[in-house]
Amino acid sequence: MAHTHKTNWELIKNGMFSENTIFKMAISLCPSIAVTNSLKNGFFMGVSVIFVQTMVNLTVSLIRNFINPKIRIPIFMMVIAGYVSLIDMSMAAFARPVYKQIGLYIQLIVAFASIFARAEVFAVKNKIIPSIADGLGMGIGFFLAMIVISFFRELLGKGALWGFPIVQGNPLLIMVLPAGGFFAVGLLMGFFNWLDARMAAKREAAAAIETA
Amino acid sequence: MDFNKLFQLIVAASLINNFVFTRFLGLCIFFGVTKKMETSVGMSITFTAVMVISAALNWVIYKFIMVPMDITFLKIIVFIGVIAALVQSADTIMKKLSPALYYKLGIYLALITTNCIILAVPLINSGENYNFFESMAFGVGSGLGFALALIIMASIREKLELADIPAPFRGLPISFIVAGLIALAFTGFSGLITL
Repeated sequence: MAHTHKTNWELIKNGMFSENTIFKMAISLCPSIAVTNSLKNGFFMGVSVIFVQTMVNLTVSLIRNFINPKIRIPIFMMVIAGYVSLIDMSMAAFARPVYKQIGLYIQLIVAFASIFARAEVFAVKNKIIPSIADGLGMGIGFFLAMIVISFFRELLGKGALWGFPIVQGNPLLIMVLPAGGFFAVGLLMGFFNWLDARMAAKREAAAAIETA
Repeated sequence: MDFNKLFQLIVAASLINNFVFTRFLGLCIFFGVTKKMETSVGMSITFTAVMVISAALNWVIYKFIMVPMDITFLKIIVFIGVIAALVQSADTIMKKLSPALYYKLGIYLALITTNCIILAVPLINSGENYNFFESMAFGVGSGLGFALALIIMASIREKLELADIPAPFRGLPISFIVAGLIALAFTGFSGLITL
């Protein structure tokens, strides 16, 4: 892929839906289960990833003409690790209770395949503005996935949202247990596949009517 | 040296706090290589070996370089750098010494850098202040736990190929649900021993 021909808006939408990190590409799955037992944790994780992804894309795009292709992998790793340390320390300072729960997973953003992949396939070959748009789109896509998963898990598992009780009665405790995370992601993935297949079938039907 | 504690650490890291089923790390690789038994066995062997070496190396660097120089806040950057260098050199050495083994396991080596467990273990080791042998034991336990998870999952997924699954759930979604069921079984290990 040389320079992209997509507009910035198309790039953002691409990251949000058609190449959604969790549901479509199925990479960077660890946090999708680990931190989604409450909406708050999912929210903070999503925001951190938007920040890191955008800044990494921006930085890599800025220095793309100075990187020797042979040592690009360590350079990308250092850029990513730098921003992750930044967010790790700020979170430890300003959001202590959340950090206690998800700190380890924030540090592990370094090993996210999705962030590295966008630097490798996109930012290193494109100008700054499209790279920012791409990073933003990918980050928001991840953020949305986090919100959707944690919304269902907290609502079903604790009968609460963002810590506030919403539903009375016995919640399905299993949804906040580790196993529930796997179930939630599996079911949501299946649902999105079903939705995709349905929409494709509709589009085909519409095209068939037009040609007829 | 307290062998009792070491044994407990190994059991705890592999069964009770199994990285895949209770901490959800290494999922990308977990779902990526478990389609076939052969690839999961290859990955398990390579991963456990690299894990132990990396745990030991990172412990030495943390204890004797980073703590005396008071630069522990750089640990994320240093650990990932050490792991990348280790994997790269293991790749080169293996290619030179044993081409046959490299041909079999080389591809898994490249994948290991993207496995979060390999970074999580040194981070936890330094956070919990484990000594050298405890760090090694934790590394061994994590490697074994990951291997166990891969092999269980691969044997189930090979059977799943023949099952009649609703179309939208084929592939990854059903694997997630299977993993959920295994995780449920693994919660039975909690309380086996207490550290």
